[in-house]
Amino acid sequence: MSFLPDRALDHLRQVTESPDFSATRYQVEEEIGRGGMGIVYRAWDSRLERRVALKVMDSGFAINQEAKLLAQLEHPGLAPVYDAGSLPDGRVYYAMRLIEGRRLDDFLRQESSLPARLRIFEKICEAVAFAHNHGVIHCDLKPQNIMVGQFGEVFVVDWGVARAIDDAAMPTAGTPPYMAPEQSRSREQPLDARTDVFALGRILQDLMPPSPPRPLAAIARKASAPDPAGRFGDVRQLAADISLFLDGLPVTAYRDTVPERLARFWRHNQVLLLLLSAYLAVKLILFFLAPALK
Amino acid sequence: MNKPLVGLIAGAILGIVDGATAWFTPAVRSEMTGILMGSCVKGMVIGILCGLIARKVHSTAVGLGVGAGFGLLFAYLVASMPQPDGQHYYLQIMLPGFVLGAITGFLTQRMGTAPARA
Repeated sequence: MSFLPDRALDHLRQVTESPDFSATRYQVEEEIGRGGMGIVYRAWDSRLERRVALKVMDSGFAINQEAKLLAQLEHPGLAPVYDAGSLPDGRVYYAMRLIEGRRLDDFLRQESSLPARLRIFEKICEAVAFAHNHGVIHCDLKPQNIMVGQFGEVFVVDWGVARAIDDAAMPTAGTPPYMAPEQSRSREQPLDARTDVFALGRILQDLMPPSPPRPLAAIARKASAPDPAGRFGDVRQLAADISLFLDGLPVTAYRDTVPERLARFWRHNQVLLLLLSAYLAVKLILFFLAPALK
Repeated sequence: MNKPLVGLIAGAILGIVDGATAWFTPAVRSEMTGILMGSCVKGMVIGILCGLIARKVHSTAVGLGVGAGFGLLFAYLVASMPQPDGQHYYLQIMLPGFVLGAITGFLTQRMGTAPARA
Protein backbone atom coordinates (compact mmCIF):
# COMPACT_ATOMS: atom_id res chain seq x y z
CA MET A 1 0.00 0.00 0.00
CA SER A 2 1.36 3.45 -0.85
CA PHE A 3 0.46 6.82 0.68
CA LEU A 4 -0.21 10.01 -1.23
CA PRO A 5 2.32 12.76 -0.55
CA ASP A 6 1.11 15.81 1.43
CA ARG A 7 1.23 18.05 -1.62
CA ALA A 8 -1.08 15.73 -3.51
CA LEU A 9 -3.43 15.54 -0.55
CA ASP A 10 -3.53 19.34 -0.29
CA HIS A 11 -4.30 19.58 -3.98
CA LEU A 12 -7.08 17.00 -3.66
CA ARG A 13 -8.54 18.91 -0.69
CA GLN A 14 -8.39 22.14 -2.65
CA VAL A 15 -10.13 20.60 -5.66
CA THR A 16 -12.84 19.09 -3.44
CA GLU A 17 -13.44 22.37 -1.62
CA SER A 18 -13.16 24.47 -4.75
CA PRO A 19 -16.64 25.72 -5.53
CA ASP A 20 -18.13 25.17 -8.98
CA PHE A 21 -19.38 28.56 -10.13
CA SER A 22 -19.52 27.59 -13.82
CA ALA A 23 -23.30 27.90 -13.90
CA THR A 24 -23.23 31.37 -12.32
CA ARG A 25 -22.03 34.76 -13.45
CA TYR A 26 -19.02 34.62 -11.11
CA GLN A 27 -15.45 33.59 -11.90
CA VAL A 28 -13.48 32.75 -8.77
CA GLU A 29 -10.01 34.32 -8.74
CA GLU A 30 -8.53 33.40 -5.37
CA GLU A 31 -9.31 32.50 -1.80
CA ILE A 32 -9.02 35.54 0.46
CA GLY A 33 -10.30 34.30 3.79
CA ARG A 34 -11.41 31.25 5.69
CA GLY A 35 -13.59 31.08 8.77
CA GLY A 36 -15.49 28.61 10.87
CA MET A 37 -18.53 28.72 8.63
CA GLY A 38 -17.13 29.04 5.15
CA ILE A 39 -14.53 30.35 2.74
CA VAL A 40 -14.38 33.79 1.13
CA TYR A 41 -13.14 34.21 -2.44
CA ARG A 42 -12.31 37.16 -4.61
CA ALA A 43 -14.36 36.77 -7.78
CA TRP A 44 -15.28 38.56 -11.00
CA ASP A 45 -18.93 39.32 -11.65
CA SER A 46 -19.09 38.94 -15.44
CA ARG A 47 -22.57 40.46 -15.74
CA LEU A 48 -21.90 43.69 -13.88
CA GLU A 49 -18.17 43.60 -14.64
CA ARG A 50 -16.92 44.22 -11.14
CA ARG A 51 -14.99 42.36 -8.47
CA VAL A 52 -16.96 40.92 -5.60
CA ALA A 53 -16.35 38.81 -2.51
CA LEU A 54 -18.06 35.44 -2.58
CA LYS A 55 -18.67 33.69 0.69
CA VAL A 56 -19.25 29.98 0.21
CA MET A 57 -20.78 28.39 3.29
CA ASP A 58 -19.69 24.96 4.48
CA SER A 59 -22.03 22.08 3.61
CA GLY A 60 -25.11 21.91 5.78
CA PHE A 61 -25.77 25.66 5.96
CA ALA A 62 -28.90 27.03 4.34
CA ILE A 63 -29.05 30.59 2.94
CA ASN A 64 -27.88 31.72 6.23
CA GLN A 65 -28.81 34.35 8.66
CA GLU A 66 -25.67 36.36 7.95
CA ALA A 67 -26.70 37.10 4.36
CA LYS A 68 -30.25 37.90 5.41
CA LEU A 69 -29.11 40.14 8.24
CA LEU A 70 -26.59 41.99 6.10
CA ALA A 71 -29.16 42.46 3.36
CA GLN A 72 -31.32 44.32 5.91
CA LEU A 73 -28.51 46.53 7.14
CA GLU A 74 -27.57 49.26 4.70
CA HIS A 75 -24.75 51.32 6.15
CA PRO A 76 -21.41 52.58 4.79
CA GLY A 77 -19.65 50.52 7.46
CA LEU A 78 -21.28 47.23 6.50
CA ALA A 79 -20.49 45.38 3.26
CA PRO A 80 -23.69 45.19 1.20
CA VAL A 81 -24.93 41.79 -0.02
CA TYR A 82 -25.49 41.76 -3.81
CA ASP A 83 -26.72 38.28 -4.46
CA ALA A 84 -27.21 34.81 -2.95
CA GLY A 85 -27.62 31.34 -4.41
CA SER A 86 -26.58 27.71 -4.21
CA LEU A 87 -23.93 25.64 -5.97
CA PRO A 88 -24.42 22.25 -7.68
CA ASP A 89 -22.87 20.53 -4.64
CA GLY A 90 -25.56 22.03 -2.43
CA ARG A 91 -23.41 24.60 -0.70
CA VAL A 92 -24.85 28.07 -0.53
CA TYR A 93 -23.00 31.27 -1.35
CA TYR A 94 -23.58 34.94 -1.35
CA ALA A 95 -21.88 37.76 -3.16
CA MET A 96 -21.03 40.95 -1.41
CA ARG A 97 -18.92 44.03 -1.87
CA LEU A 98 -15.22 43.25 -2.10
CA ILE A 99 -13.50 45.32 0.53
CA GLU A 100 -10.04 46.48 -0.45
CA GLY A 101 -8.18 47.31 2.70
CA ARG A 102 -6.30 46.10 5.72
CA ARG A 103 -7.53 44.28 8.75
CA LEU A 104 -7.63 46.46 11.85
CA ASP A 105 -4.72 44.58 13.45
CA ASP A 106 -2.58 45.26 10.35
CA PHE A 107 -3.73 48.87 10.32
CA LEU A 108 -2.68 49.28 13.97
CA ARG A 109 0.81 47.99 13.20
CA GLN A 110 1.26 50.81 10.69
CA GLU A 111 -0.72 53.66 12.27
CA SER A 112 0.74 54.92 15.51
CA SER A 113 -1.22 58.16 15.90
CA LEU A 114 -3.72 57.77 18.74
CA PRO A 115 -6.23 60.32 17.36
CA ALA A 116 -6.18 58.56 13.97
CA ARG A 117 -6.76 55.22 15.67
CA LEU A 118 -9.60 56.64 17.76
CA ARG A 119 -11.28 58.16 14.72
CA ILE A 120 -11.28 54.69 13.16
CA PHE A 121 -12.71 53.35 16.42
CA GLU A 122 -15.52 55.93 16.26
CA LYS A 123 -16.42 54.68 12.79
CA ILE A 124 -16.50 51.09 14.05
CA CYS A 125 -18.84 52.21 16.82
CA GLU A 126 -21.09 53.96 14.28
CA ALA A 127 -21.49 50.79 12.19
CA VAL A 128 -22.11 48.60 15.25
CA ALA A 129 -24.56 51.12 16.72
CA PHE A 130 -26.44 51.11 13.42
CA ALA A 131 -26.79 47.32 13.58
CA HIS A 132 -27.92 47.53 17.21
CA ASN A 133 -30.50 50.10 16.20
CA HIS A 134 -31.85 47.46 13.81
CA GLY A 135 -31.95 44.85 16.57
CA VAL A 136 -28.80 42.95 15.55
CA ILE A 137 -25.73 42.25 17.68
CA HIS A 138 -22.49 41.09 16.07
CA CYS A 139 -21.22 38.82 18.90
CA ASP A 140 -17.78 38.32 17.33
CA LEU A 141 -16.22 41.77 17.10
CA LYS A 142 -12.42 41.57 16.96
CA PRO A 143 -9.66 43.32 14.99
CA GLN A 144 -9.67 40.48 12.45
CA ASN A 145 -13.31 41.23 11.63
CA ILE A 146 -12.79 44.91 10.97
CA MET A 147 -11.40 46.20 7.69
CA VAL A 148 -9.92 49.64 7.15
CA GLY A 149 -9.93 50.97 3.60
CA GLN A 150 -7.19 53.11 2.10
CA PHE A 151 -9.21 56.30 2.67
CA GLY A 152 -9.94 55.46 6.29
CA GLU A 153 -13.33 53.92 5.62
CA VAL A 154 -14.23 51.15 8.05
CA PHE A 155 -16.16 47.93 7.46
CA VAL A 156 -17.35 45.54 10.12
CA VAL A 157 -17.36 42.08 8.53
CA ASP A 158 -18.14 38.46 9.35
CA TRP A 159 -21.62 38.61 10.76
CA GLY A 160 -21.73 34.80 10.79
CA VAL A 161 -22.61 34.54 14.48
CA ALA A 162 -24.67 37.73 14.65
CA ARG A 163 -28.06 37.41 16.28
CA ALA A 164 -31.13 39.36 17.14
CA ILE A 165 -30.91 41.15 20.47
CA ASP A 166 -32.38 39.01 23.27
CA ASP A 167 -32.65 35.96 20.99
CA ALA A 168 -31.97 33.25 23.57
CA ALA A 169 -32.59 30.46 21.04
CA MET A 170 -29.46 31.23 19.03
CA PRO A 171 -26.27 29.33 19.86
CA THR A 172 -23.47 31.51 21.18
CA ALA A 173 -20.00 31.93 19.75
CA GLY A 174 -17.19 34.42 19.96
CA THR A 175 -13.45 34.80 20.16
CA PRO A 176 -11.60 35.17 23.45
CA PRO A 177 -10.47 37.67 24.70
CA TYR A 178 -13.07 39.73 22.83
CA MET A 179 -15.91 37.47 23.92
CA ALA A 180 -18.01 38.90 26.77
CA PRO A 181 -18.34 36.72 29.89
CA GLU A 182 -22.10 36.46 29.45
CA GLN A 183 -21.63 34.85 26.01
CA SER A 184 -20.57 31.64 27.69
CA ARG A 185 -23.63 31.65 29.93
CA SER A 186 -26.16 33.16 27.55
CA ARG A 187 -28.76 30.53 28.31
CA GLU A 188 -29.16 32.17 31.70
CA GLN A 189 -28.61 35.74 30.56
CA PRO A 190 -29.91 37.06 27.22
CA LEU A 191 -27.31 38.94 25.20
CA ASP A 192 -27.81 42.56 24.29
CA ALA A 193 -25.91 45.53 22.88
CA ARG A 194 -23.57 45.50 25.89
CA THR A 195 -22.09 42.22 24.63
CA ASP A 196 -20.67 44.12 21.66
CA VAL A 197 -19.71 47.00 23.98
CA PHE A 198 -17.45 44.54 25.82
CA ALA A 199 -15.71 43.50 22.59
CA LEU A 200 -15.34 47.15 21.57
CA GLY A 201 -13.75 47.86 24.96
CA ARG A 202 -11.20 45.11 24.28
CA ILE A 203 -10.57 46.48 20.79
CA LEU A 204 -10.10 49.93 22.32
CA GLN A 205 -7.44 48.45 24.61
CA ASP A 206 -5.66 47.13 21.51
CA LEU A 207 -5.74 50.63 20.05
CA MET A 208 -4.23 52.31 23.08
CA PRO A 209 -0.51 52.97 23.61
CA PRO A 210 1.25 51.13 26.48
CA SER A 211 0.72 54.09 28.85
CA PRO A 212 -2.64 55.49 27.76
CA PRO A 213 -4.12 58.75 29.04
CA ARG A 214 -6.13 58.01 32.19
CA PRO A 215 -9.54 59.03 30.78
CA LEU A 216 -9.04 56.77 27.77
CA ALA A 217 -7.97 53.85 29.94
CA ALA A 218 -11.08 54.43 32.07
CA ILE A 219 -13.32 54.34 28.99
CA ALA A 220 -11.81 51.01 27.89
CA ARG A 221 -12.09 49.63 31.43
CA LYS A 222 -15.74 50.62 31.70
CA ALA A 223 -16.58 49.26 28.24
CA SER A 224 -15.00 45.88 29.01
CA ALA A 225 -16.32 45.52 32.56
CA PRO A 226 -17.08 41.85 33.32
CA ASP A 227 -20.57 42.74 34.55
CA PRO A 228 -22.80 44.08 31.75
CA ALA A 229 -24.40 46.48 34.26
CA GLY A 230 -21.01 48.16 34.76
CA ARG A 231 -20.52 48.87 31.05
CA PHE A 232 -21.79 51.67 28.84
CA GLY A 233 -25.49 51.12 28.20
CA ASP A 234 -24.96 51.13 24.45
CA VAL A 235 -22.36 51.77 21.79
CA ARG A 236 -23.49 55.36 21.25
CA GLN A 237 -22.54 56.21 24.84
CA LEU A 238 -19.12 54.64 24.31
CA ALA A 239 -18.64 56.55 21.05
CA ALA A 240 -19.76 59.77 22.73
CA ASP A 241 -17.11 59.36 25.42
CA ILE A 242 -14.43 58.75 22.77
CA SER A 243 -15.60 61.87 20.96
CA LEU A 244 -15.37 63.89 24.19
CA PHE A 245 -11.87 62.53 24.77
CA LEU A 246 -10.79 63.50 21.25
CA ASP A 247 -12.16 67.02 21.81
CA GLY A 248 -10.18 67.29 25.06
CA LEU A 249 -13.36 67.42 27.15
CA PRO A 250 -14.18 65.51 30.36
CA VAL A 251 -15.46 61.98 29.72
CA THR A 252 -18.24 60.28 31.67
CA ALA A 253 -16.10 57.24 32.51
CA TYR A 254 -13.47 59.21 34.40
CA ARG A 255 -13.66 61.84 37.11
CA ASP A 256 -10.90 64.43 36.68
CA THR A 257 -8.75 65.40 39.66
CA VAL A 258 -8.59 69.12 40.55
CA PRO A 259 -5.15 69.66 38.90
CA GLU A 260 -6.43 67.87 35.78
CA ARG A 261 -9.51 70.12 35.73
CA LEU A 262 -7.38 73.22 36.08
CA ALA A 263 -5.02 72.03 33.35
CA ARG A 264 -8.00 71.34 31.07
CA PHE A 265 -9.49 74.79 31.82
CA TRP A 266 -6.14 76.41 31.02
CA ARG A 267 -5.78 74.46 27.76
CA HIS A 268 -9.26 75.43 26.60
CA ASN A 269 -9.11 79.10 27.63
CA GLN A 270 -5.44 79.88 27.20
CA VAL A 271 -5.83 82.92 24.92
CA LEU A 272 -8.66 84.44 26.93
CA LEU A 273 -6.82 83.96 30.24
CA LEU A 274 -3.66 85.50 28.77
CA LEU A 275 -5.65 88.50 27.48
CA LEU A 276 -7.37 89.02 30.83
CA SER A 277 -4.00 88.75 32.59
CA ALA A 278 -2.57 91.31 30.16
CA TYR A 279 -5.47 93.68 30.92
CA LEU A 280 -4.96 93.30 34.68
CA ALA A 281 -1.22 93.82 34.31
CA VAL A 282 -1.77 96.99 32.24
CA LYS A 283 -4.20 98.34 34.82
CA LEU A 284 -1.86 97.58 37.73
CA ILE A 285 1.15 99.13 35.98
CA LEU A 286 -0.85 102.25 35.10
CA PHE A 287 -2.17 102.47 38.67
CA PHE A 288 1.29 102.37 40.20
CA LEU A 289 2.81 104.63 37.53
CA ALA A 290 -0.05 107.17 37.74
CA PRO A 291 1.89 109.73 39.82
CA ALA A 292 4.85 109.52 37.45
CA LEU A 293 2.65 109.96 34.38
CA LYS A 294 1.13 113.26 35.58
CA MET B 1 -26.99 83.91 19.77
CA ASN B 2 -25.57 85.72 16.77
CA LYS B 3 -22.09 87.20 16.78
CA PRO B 4 -22.97 90.93 16.78
CA LEU B 5 -25.17 90.28 19.83
CA VAL B 6 -22.30 88.42 21.52
CA GLY B 7 -20.08 91.40 20.73
CA LEU B 8 -22.67 93.84 22.06
CA ILE B 9 -23.01 92.01 25.38
CA ALA B 10 -19.29 91.30 25.80
CA GLY B 11 -18.41 94.89 24.86
CA ALA B 12 -20.97 96.29 27.31
CA ILE B 13 -19.75 94.13 30.21
CA LEU B 14 -16.06 94.76 29.53
CA GLY B 15 -16.77 98.47 29.01
CA ILE B 16 -18.56 98.77 32.36
CA VAL B 17 -15.76 96.85 34.13
CA ASP B 18 -13.12 99.05 32.49
CA GLY B 19 -15.07 102.21 33.31
CA ALA B 20 -15.47 101.08 36.91
CA THR B 21 -11.71 100.94 37.35
CA ALA B 22 -11.72 104.74 37.05
CA TRP B 23 -12.93 104.72 40.65
CA PHE B 24 -9.33 104.05 41.67
CA THR B 25 -8.39 107.45 40.22
CA PRO B 26 -9.71 109.96 42.81
CA ALA B 27 -9.43 112.89 40.38
CA VAL B 28 -12.20 111.49 38.12
CA ARG B 29 -14.35 109.83 40.78
CA SER B 30 -16.94 112.61 40.52
CA GLU B 31 -17.41 111.78 36.79
CA MET B 32 -18.09 108.06 37.34
CA THR B 33 -21.58 108.01 35.75
CA GLY B 34 -20.37 109.63 32.56
CA ILE B 35 -17.27 107.45 32.43
CA LEU B 36 -19.31 104.25 32.94
CA MET B 37 -21.82 105.20 30.25
CA GLY B 38 -19.18 106.30 27.78
CA SER B 39 -17.08 103.22 28.37
CA CYS B 40 -20.12 100.95 28.03
CA VAL B 41 -21.24 102.56 24.76
CA LYS B 42 -17.67 102.41 23.40
CA GLY B 43 -17.46 98.72 24.28
CA MET B 44 -20.83 98.02 22.65
CA VAL B 45 -19.87 99.77 19.41
CA ILE B 46 -16.56 97.86 19.26
CA GLY B 47 -18.42 94.61 20.06
CA ILE B 48 -20.96 95.10 17.26
CA LEU B 49 -18.22 95.92 14.75
CA CYS B 50 -16.18 92.87 15.82
CA GLY B 51 -19.32 90.71 15.66
CA LEU B 52 -20.12 91.89 12.13
CA ILE B 53 -16.60 91.04 11.02
CA ALA B 54 -16.73 87.67 12.83
CA ARG B 55 -19.80 86.81 10.73
CA LYS B 56 -17.70 87.12 7.59
CA VAL B 57 -14.23 86.05 8.71
CA HIS B 58 -13.63 83.01 10.89
CA SER B 59 -10.15 83.50 12.31
CA THR B 60 -9.02 84.01 15.88
CA ALA B 61 -6.01 86.02 14.69
CA VAL B 62 -8.21 88.33 12.62
CA GLY B 63 -10.61 88.69 15.57
CA LEU B 64 -7.77 89.65 17.90
CA GLY B 65 -6.22 92.06 15.40
CA VAL B 66 -9.46 93.77 14.38
CA GLY B 67 -10.65 93.98 17.99
CA ALA B 68 -7.35 95.47 19.15
CA GLY B 69 -7.43 97.93 16.23
CA PHE B 70 -10.97 99.12 16.95
CA GLY B 71 -10.20 99.24 20.67
CA LEU B 72 -7.17 101.44 20.02
CA LEU B 73 -9.05 103.69 17.58
CA PHE B 74 -12.06 104.30 19.82
CA ALA B 75 -9.86 104.70 22.90
CA TYR B 76 -7.87 107.34 20.98
CA LEU B 77 -11.08 109.20 20.12
CA VAL B 78 -12.05 109.19 23.81
CA ALA B 79 -8.55 110.13 24.98
CA SER B 80 -8.31 113.00 22.47
CA MET B 81 -11.24 114.70 24.20
CA PRO B 82 -9.81 116.88 26.99
CA GLN B 83 -10.72 115.72 30.51
CA PRO B 84 -12.32 118.08 33.08
CA ASP B 85 -8.86 118.88 34.46
CA GLY B 86 -7.78 119.85 30.92
CA GLN B 87 -5.38 116.92 30.52
CA HIS B 88 -5.29 114.10 27.96
CA TYR B 89 -4.87 110.57 29.38
CA TYR B 90 -3.74 108.87 26.16
CA LEU B 91 -1.73 106.06 27.73
CA GLN B 92 -4.19 105.41 30.58
CA ILE B 93 -7.14 105.09 28.16
CA MET B 94 -5.59 103.66 25.01
CA LEU B 95 -3.52 100.86 26.52
CA PRO B 96 -6.43 99.13 28.35
CA GLY B 97 -8.74 99.93 25.40
CA PHE B 98 -6.34 98.11 23.09
CA VAL B 99 -6.37 94.95 25.24
CA LEU B 100 -10.16 95.06 25.85
CA GLY B 101 -10.75 95.43 22.10
CA ALA B 102 -8.63 92.30 21.54
CA ILE B 103 -10.68 90.42 24.16
CA THR B 104 -13.94 91.51 22.49
CA GLY B 105 -12.65 90.47 19.07
CA PHE B 106 -11.54 87.11 20.45
CA LEU B 107 -14.90 86.46 22.13
CA THR B 108 -16.88 87.24 18.98
CA GLN B 109 -14.77 84.69 17.10
CA ARG B 110 -15.15 81.99 19.72
CA MET B 111 -18.79 82.49 20.69
CA GLY B 112 -22.07 82.96 18.86
CA THR B 113 -23.27 81.54 15.59
CA ALA B 114 -22.44 82.86 12.16
CA PRO B 115 -25.16 82.73 9.46
CA ALA B 116 -25.03 79.58 7.32
CA ARG B 117 -23.31 80.06 3.97
CA ALA B 118 -25.40 79.49 0.86
